[in-house]
Amino acid sequence: MTETELRERLLAILGGIAPEAREIDIDPEQSFRDQLDIDSMDFLNFVTAVHKQLGVPIPELDYPRLASLNGAVQYLLPKLPH
Amino acid sequence: MADFVMPSLGSDMESGTLVEWRIKPGGRVRRGDIVAVVETQKGAIEVEIFDSGVVESLVVEPGTEVPVGTVLATVRSGDEPAATEAPVASAVARPAPPPAPEPARPAPAAAPKAPPAAARPAPTAGAAPPPVSAVPTAAPATRLRASPAARQRATALGIDLSTLTGSGPGGAITLADVEAAPAKQPARAPRASPSVRQRALELGVDLGQITGSGAKGAITVADLARAAAGAQQAKSAPARPPAAPFEPDAMRRAIAAAMTRSKREIPHYYLATTVDFEPALRFVERVNAQRDPEQRLLYAVLLLKALALALKEVPELNGFWRQDRFEPSAAVHVGVAVSLRRRGLIAPALHDVADKDLDTLMMQLKDLVQRARVGGLRSSELTDTTITLSSLGDNGVETLYPIITPPQVAVVGAGSVVRRPWVVGEGLAVRRVVTLTLAGDHRVSDGHRGALFLAALERLLQKPEEL
Repeated sequence: MTETELRERLLAILGGIAPEAREIDIDPEQSFRDQLDIDSMDFLNFVTAVHKQLGVPIPELDYPRLASLNGAVQYLLPKLPH
Repeated sequence: MADFVMPSLGSDMESGTLVEWRIKPGGRVRRGDIVAVVETQKGAIEVEIFDSGVVESLVVEPGTEVPVGTVLATVRSGDEPAATEAPVASAVARPAPPPAPEPARPAPAAAPKAPPAAARPAPTAGAAPPPVSAVPTAAPATRLRASPAARQRATALGIDLSTLTGSGPGGAITLADVEAAPAKQPARAPRASPSVRQRALELGVDLGQITGSGAKGAITVADLARAAAGAQQAKSAPARPPAAPFEPDAMRRAIAAAMTRSKREIPHYYLATTVDFEPALRFVERVNAQRDPEQRLLYAVLLLKALALALKEVPELNGFWRQDRFEPSAAVHVGVAVSLRRRGLIAPALHDVADKDLDTLMMQLKDLVQRARVGGLRSSELTDTTITLSSLGDNGVETLYPIITPPQVAVVGAGSVVRRPWVVGEGLAVRRVVTLTLAGDHRVSDGHRGALFLAALERLLQKPEEL
């Protein structure tokens, strides 16, 4: 998976959890939480979907690294199976 | 025979639109089955039935908006013989139980599910008649022919159109037919005691508009009081357009109506205490470290379970205030305030919280939040809540001051988890803490009892492994 594909996949997952994510331009540097009306249940659903779809283990301690789009890409890309 | 009526899905609901039937005439239903989908300001709700039996008839057609209490369907209990007459459609037209069988009308073998339009009860006093557009335009073939004016007049008078003979073109029922009808109509007095009738006269309430909750559908003083209050509310409420399937303004209005009632009727007291949340959070983190994301817990389930257990010690916070008295509830059904993002807020109940383990609660909480947001909440989840938990999660502020949702008598708030300097033994430490608040109904409890509850909650949260 290329970095572009990964970004698109993450945005699609996010849109499935917080529909307003499809309507706005997500700032990749800013946290999802600051841009979208998501709560801890939404974030757990996001992490669950990312784990299921990409097969990457995501310990709870690493949650802060997935807080923004850029952060998530940097965290997940090296862990993706090649 | 039992009537299945448009339920009140919250103290603020006046009417709902039947969207879909999940049952057919002749089909069996059991208590708790989902039988219909109703659209309200809170979205589409799956409505459960309280009686078991066989569906006798579907009275209201999908697409129709009707007031709370309107008969939607009739259900025959297992041992009742099948009715030989078409069921009488509405609460308005409900006859006193006949001493002898009524003259046979066409058997309901192929019972059309389309009711005569006139079967819809008249609007509550002071309200505008239901919009004509509520009458589906694509009428089934069995539909009675009647002019719109005749239907509207029949609705207002509570006359069953199927009892009339039309004099218009093709046997259509005209306005004149309806006007002429009352004289011919048998007296269909609602069941009510003389004192109730007297009181209804004083209040200016039409008994024909009320669904009785007493024996054999008799109208009780409480039914009357509710109807009078409803009429009052309808009079003072600003005129509003016919309800759209969903629009945010309607939900805001519904929330405002419930909270206005709460603030007007409930003498609130408020308590707050900040508790050391470190043990609870560490417990959750320890559990989650061993699990894939889909099995992980949110700390909210610890709050839910601890809240339910703490209520065992202060039961007067759990239940309903109805008809001027407190009805305690043995079961703890906790309403969980769920943000619908830009669309508002809803607090469906998680049932029997005290009896479930944390994993079960987590699974059900996920499901509940999901259904709250995409639709598919069940009627019981909106009507049997015994107490509410409002948690702002990590997005909010340290302290929230919640407002009780009637007819509940308490609400618990949880602010955001924050790191604070905290005294542990004789020293100072950095701990994650959360501020828990309680709003209680002074008619039922007081600050002393409320404080005992918060103390129990704090104590339970210090030993999360025992929850």
